[in-house]
Amino acid sequence: MSKLSTSAKVYLAIVFIVLYAPIFYLVFYSFNSGDSMTNFQSFTLDHYKAVFEDSRLLVILINTVIVALLSALISTIIGTLGAIGIVTVKDSKMRNTLLSLNNVLIVSPDVIIGASFLILFTMVGIKLGFASVLLAHVAFSVPIVVLMVLPKLLEMNKSLIDAALDLGASKKDVMMRVILPYIQPGIFAGFFLALTYSLDDFAVTFFVTGNGFSTLSVEIYSMARAGISLTVNAISGLVFFVTILVVVGYYFFTSRTSKRTGGQQ
Amino acid sequence: MQTKTSKSALFPYVLWIALFVIAPIALVVYYSLLDLHGNFTLNNYKSFFSSVYLKMTLSSFWYAFLITFFTLLISYPTAYFLTKTKHKQLWLLLIIIPSWINLLLKTYAFIGIFGLYGPINAAIEVFGFDPKQMLFTDISFVFVSVYIFIPFMILPIFNSLDRLNPTLIYAARDLGASAFTTFRRVVLPLTMDGVKSGIQVVFIPALSLFMITRLIAGNRVITLGTAIEQQFLVTQNWGMGSTIAVFLILFMVIIMLITGQKDKGGRVR
Repeated sequence: MSKLSTSAKVYLAIVFIVLYAPIFYLVFYSFNSGDSMTNFQSFTLDHYKAVFEDSRLLVILINTVIVALLSALISTIIGTLGAIGIVTVKDSKMRNTLLSLNNVLIVSPDVIIGASFLILFTMVGIKLGFASVLLAHVAFSVPIVVLMVLPKLLEMNKSLIDAALDLGASKKDVMMRVILPYIQPGIFAGFFLALTYSLDDFAVTFFVTGNGFSTLSVEIYSMARAGISLTVNAISGLVFFVTILVVVGYYFFTSRTSKRTGGQQ
Repeated sequence: MQTKTSKSALFPYVLWIALFVIAPIALVVYYSLLDLHGNFTLNNYKSFFSSVYLKMTLSSFWYAFLITFFTLLISYPTAYFLTKTKHKQLWLLLIIIPSWINLLLKTYAFIGIFGLYGPINAAIEVFGFDPKQMLFTDISFVFVSVYIFIPFMILPIFNSLDRLNPTLIYAARDLGASAFTTFRRVVLPLTMDGVKSGIQVVFIPALSLFMITRLIAGNRVITLGTAIEQQFLVTQNWGMGSTIAVFLILFMVIIMLITGQKDKGGRVR
């Protein structure tokens, strides 16, 4: 392979700078003792303190985390079962239909998902608030879990199941001790992605959240519409920090499990 | 053998499909046929074809086109150079990380950056020009959208470039093709799949953006997404909102058919 020319390096450097500049800009001004994102006066942690002293914001933060964890858990269960079910469908036409229906929510724009769920919840009579937000997050996370688990199931050797059955394992044993351990990395990846989708979502939540319930994204939106507040900068500093931790943790985790399964083969 | 237990595993999943995939679409179509009082009507469709909505649809497409074009223009070289770096997976990860930061926070950053006293205006003043109001213009809207979409465009292009067999490039060069000809006749056609999926993941969301238009473009830019949000949450005219949603779904299907990779067998033209 040819070496990168200097101009190529400069180009890449500019792209990286542009990608990261706004994020660092936000975090930088979160330490500003002034109250705007323009002139930096002196270093302070006041805005971070304000985040942790604002009980309303803390409730919203807890709401966000609870919705993310619960919806990721429920959608992982439904999605994993769904993937196992899809694999057993022999009729290829039926299977393809299921798979295309699976992808509808992945490719649909958030606005359409949000609007159609708003109609659905209102018609069924689900009160807008925690329940509707949780259901919506479960709904759009399920297909992601399916897509993460399915490849693992497809690459699994069928004779593993046959061997277990021949050796006298019950169906439950086959499920718990052969299939689930084998597809475990896919399940974890699905859970993790569902978690990040839920934490990140704004548009769908914005449609199905009522007056009394709010998640972090929705709250940031209303704060941002009201104008610049360095509390938002402090929140973004925290979010950035947590994101980096999660990414590092995820890569550490996946590289460890792939090494482990690699060693077993 | 164990199909019975596995079939029952399918039950909650199929229920999910029925409730959250089929029912919502059916409901959107149903609501598009209702007027404000819940009476059956085709008026929503009639008003969609009035000049107001047609203009809005056209401008939405125009902005989505601009956003996709500039995103592609920046992303292709980036992905190309990335595949040639030493630790390319690490660099790719660094490109992807910003896409994990909440979209709202990144958009919010630009309110400060583009502000009248923000860093860009400060830089402009250094060169002796007057500061300009950059926020609430369509240029800032396109800029922020491109910024947001760059990682999503780079990823599929990077993957298709990475899969490209380098011997094909050596062969082209051995046979006397210039670097540019090699790129135009070998690299670009073979990575077209990546470009197509990149366009897909940028163009459809770009049609339906509503948060960036509100925060960055003021109310100067109205996309199909903004219109749907407006009809549902502000005007409370769910019928008209659903009608716009029906058309957005139609456009989405058309775009996916155009950019879809259905002719896998017919690689050679």
